[in-house]
Amino acid sequence: MGANEGESIDNLIEAAAAALALPIESQWKPGIKSNLQVTLRLAAMVAEFELPDEAEPAPVFEA
Amino acid sequence: MDAWASADRIASAVAAGRTSAATVVEAALERIAERDKALNAFTAVTRERARAKARAVDRALAEGKPAGPLAGVPFAVKNLFDIAGLPTLAGSKINRDRPPATADSPLIARLEAAGAVLVGALNMGEYAYDFTGENVHDGPSRNPHDTARMTGGSSGGSGAAVAGGLVPIALGSDTNGSIRVPASFCGIFGLKPTYGRLSRARTFPFVASLDHLGPLARSARDLALAYDAMQGPDPEDPICADRPADPTLPLIDLGTSGLRIAVASGYFKHDASPEVLAAVAHVAEALGASLEIEVPEAARARAAAFVITTSEGAALHLDRLRTRARDFDPTIRDRLLSGAMVPGPLVVKAQKFRRWYREQVLRLFESVDAILAPTTPFPAPRIGQQTMQLSGAEVPLRPNIGIFTQPISFIGLPVVVVPVPLEPLPIGVQIIAAPWREDIALRVAHALDQAKVAAARRPTE
Repeated sequence: MGANEGESIDNLIEAAAAALALPIESQWKPGIKSNLQVTLRLAAMVAEFELPDEAEPAPVFEA
Repeated sequence: MDAWASADRIASAVAAGRTSAATVVEAALERIAERDKALNAFTAVTRERARAKARAVDRALAEGKPAGPLAGVPFAVKNLFDIAGLPTLAGSKINRDRPPATADSPLIARLEAAGAVLVGALNMGEYAYDFTGENVHDGPSRNPHDTARMTGGSSGGSGAAVAGGLVPIALGSDTNGSIRVPASFCGIFGLKPTYGRLSRARTFPFVASLDHLGPLARSARDLALAYDAMQGPDPEDPICADRPADPTLPLIDLGTSGLRIAVASGYFKHDASPEVLAAVAHVAEALGASLEIEVPEAARARAAAFVITTSEGAALHLDRLRTRARDFDPTIRDRLLSGAMVPGPLVVKAQKFRRWYREQVLRLFESVDAILAPTTPFPAPRIGQQTMQLSGAEVPLRPNIGIFTQPISFIGLPVVVVPVPLEPLPIGVQIIAAPWREDIALRVAHALDQAKVAAARRPTE
């Protein structure tokens, strides 16, 4: 993870916390950041998988 | 009745009048009082309620009423199930302020209608966002095979209570592996049914898209007994399938001949410790399963499950994160806060991927009836352990515990975990079937149980 990416995650945390009215104490930030980095890495793996525009999501899944 | 007696044996003995429900339940309460000091499985023991229910079971039998299939069988539930008169903790400090539940969860009611007797509520990882069985508020549940080790989670108390011989049956929940991981670490059987099969009404949720409930037990037959008693539609849970019960117990002795069983290859063979791979190979050999099958895009499925979990979990707890963030377990709080910050399009893409992946995996079941896979990449780690040696590298422990369970629950497939009684620590193998084919997974598990390939080994105390 480059310095810029780290910084952009710091900015995302600040902005999202403000937008969602989440009170974040400064000592929580490293933990939040490391979790968010893992999530975004895994989310990128899913996002890069090509699906057609018509693909339906499965929010209410029926097996 | 021995503390290791199966639910099946207890119910037969009670039905035949060889013992009474009151005697069985009193012995279970004594056993819990003595052994739970070491295991920390229970957060509440419902003594008076259990005694009253046991008397009612005995009275009904004395009046000549038919004995239920679980007559006099003690059981306990993860503390995210509503129990009338108790606040539903879901492993948290915050929920201690909730008013007591006004009614039991329907799964408790259905087990009790079959004659079973609830004896208490079980420890769990906070809000079920956990694979370890550790809990900062109640202390960790402890593995009966080595109390310095994790039970696995988040249904940690459920694993400890069954593997420790405190109850023959416990209920847990499984969003990403929370029934299957404790079954593996504690060396017992666990069933995660098809998504939508068992009612989730009156239980504290975690991830609506992925939450399942199910039983843990020391035999496949006991899993089937409990599962059959709990099946059926429930208008209180909008996800619960509107389909009649498919009893599995009448089919459990059919054996495995004619079943096409394959071993999951690729993803499910990487990052597993040698003893885990040996356990899968041992089970495969016993079943004559020489075929290997690739579950397509399993790594991406696990990633998508992770993303949906953190996002939906955060949405569930958003108000509590605003007002009571300091009352969370700090580890869970950081995870949930980060989940609130995941951009929406990434979550929608994960749900789209889910449908694609489901279609691919369902195709596999045109050529096989069951798939074998590891459950956890390693046996139970030490409580508090942070890293693990895997494939020659030191990796963080917690995020890796669920890598083999998450791609399966992601699309709601039914799974039975069977315990392979390795020394010194047992390990579980997943038997995965097509949707609504719990009967097949249970048949295979029962055959392995009968052949002693799988067995819930009694811990030394």
